[in-house]
Amino acid sequence: MNIDSIKNGIVIDHIRAKKGFEIYDALNLGKLDCSVAIITNARSNKMGKKDIIKIDKNIDLDLDILGYIDPNITINIIKNDKLVDKYHVELPKQIVNIVKCKNPRCITSVEQELNHIFVLTDEKNKIYRCKYCDTLKEE
Amino acid sequence: MRHLIEINDLSVEEIEELIEVAKDIMQHPENYWDKCKHKKLATLFFEPSTRTRLSFESAMIELGGDVIGFSSASSSSASKGESVSDTIRIVGGYSDIIAMRHPKEGAALVGSIKSEVPIINAGDGGHHHPTQTLTDLLTISCEKNRLDNLTIGLCGDLKFGRTVHSLISAMSRYKNIKFILISPDELRISEYVKKEILDKYNMDYIETKNMEEYMDKLDILYMTRVQQERFFNEEDYLRLKDYYILNESKLEKAKKDLCIMHPLPRVNEISIEVDDDPRACYFKQAKYGKYIRMALILKLLGINYTRRKI
Repeated sequence: MNIDSIKNGIVIDHIRAKKGFEIYDALNLGKLDCSVAIITNARSNKMGKKDIIKIDKNIDLDLDILGYIDPNITINIIKNDKLVDKYHVELPKQIVNIVKCKNPRCITSVEQELNHIFVLTDEKNKIYRCKYCDTLKEE
Repeated sequence: MRHLIEINDLSVEEIEELIEVAKDIMQHPENYWDKCKHKKLATLFFEPSTRTRLSFESAMIELGGDVIGFSSASSSSASKGESVSDTIRIVGGYSDIIAMRHPKEGAALVGSIKSEVPIINAGDGGHHHPTQTLTDLLTISCEKNRLDNLTIGLCGDLKFGRTVHSLISAMSRYKNIKFILISPDELRISEYVKKEILDKYNMDYIETKNMEEYMDKLDILYMTRVQQERFFNEEDYLRLKDYYILNESKLEKAKKDLCIMHPLPRVNEISIEVDDDPRACYFKQAKYGKYIRMALILKLLGINYTRRKI
C-alpha cells in the first residue's frame, strides 16, 4: 500500500497497533484542514504490527496526551522532504483534562471549573491518581 | 508560606518539633497567652464538626488571637454557589490563617492553591484529617514517651476510616512499628493502603478478626467507630456496628501500660466501664488536640517562640 510521502509535516511512528484511532481522536486531528493518514497494522521488525499517523503540516502536538496513550511512540519532524528532528515521548508526570475523576465525593464533581488532574504515582505500573482525592484512574 | 493538607506535608523532624512545642505549652501555658495577639483564625466549616471547630477556636483563643468563621455551608456563600477557591481568597483578606472542613475530598487542596494565608485541612470528606493524626501522635508520645518500637492494634472500620489510614501512613515513618489490623472481613484495610504504604515500606503487620488474639502484645489499641454514612445497606451497618465492643473482660490479658485511643465520637465500640480504666486515653487524646493545634498555628504563622530550657 502506498501513502504519499510528506514534504513538511509530522510522522507519529511506532504506535501500538490499534491505538492509532485513539490518538487521532485525542489530538483532534479530524479538525485539521490538511491531509492526515492513519496506517494500521503496518509491518514492524521491532513490534510485529504497528500504527503510523502522517500529518501533512507542522502543528503543535500535545506530548502529554501522546505519552499517556503510548509512551513508546516516536515523533518525526519532516521539513522540505528531510527528517530534521526525531524524538521519543515519555509517560507524563501529570495529565490535565484527559480523563475525568469518577469519584462522586471528589471536589471536581461539584466545582465544574476545576481541571481534572491525574498525577503519576507509580511509573513502573503506570498508575495515575486524582490530584485532589487520590482516586485511582480507571482504565 | 506553608499549608497543611495531609500529614505527610510535614517531615518527621517537623512533627517532632510540633510535639515538643505542644508539650511545652502544656507545661507553661502562660508563655503562650499573647503569641497570637491581633491575629485572626477563620474556621470555615462547610459541614458541621463541633469538636474539631471548638478545638481550633479554643487553641487560637488560648494563644491570645481572635476567631471568625461559619459552622455550616448554609450560613456561608457556598449556599449561593460560590467556589471554595473564591471563598478562601475572600476570607484570606479578613484573617491570618484558615482552618477549613469540607465534605468533598480535595477541597482543602483546591482552597490552598490560590490562598494568600496558610490553610489547615480540618477534614475533607473521608480523605485527610491531618490535625487528628497530629493529635494521635502527640497522645502516643505523651502516653508512651516514644513514637518508635510500638505494637499498634487498629480495630473496627479499617476500610473507610480515614484516621486509621493517616495514622498508618504517619507511623510507618518510625522504626520498629508493628500493626495488628483487627476488623471484620467487610471492613478490612483497603488494598490501596496495603500496597502503597504497608508493603511499600516493608511494614510488619497481621490481619485478624479476633480482637483478643493479640491483646497481650499491644502497646496501643486504637478503636474506631463503624460509620453509618459509609453504608448503602442499613442491614450491613446494623450487622457490623457492634462487631467489636471493648470492655473490661476483653482487657484482662492486656498490658498494664496499654494506651486505649479513639478519635471520638464513640457509639458502642467502647463500653463506658472502660472509661475509668487508667489505660483509657481517649478523653485525654481530645484534650491533646487543642495543644497540638496551638503548636501548628504558631508554626504556620511563623511566630517565634522560645521554649524554656529545663
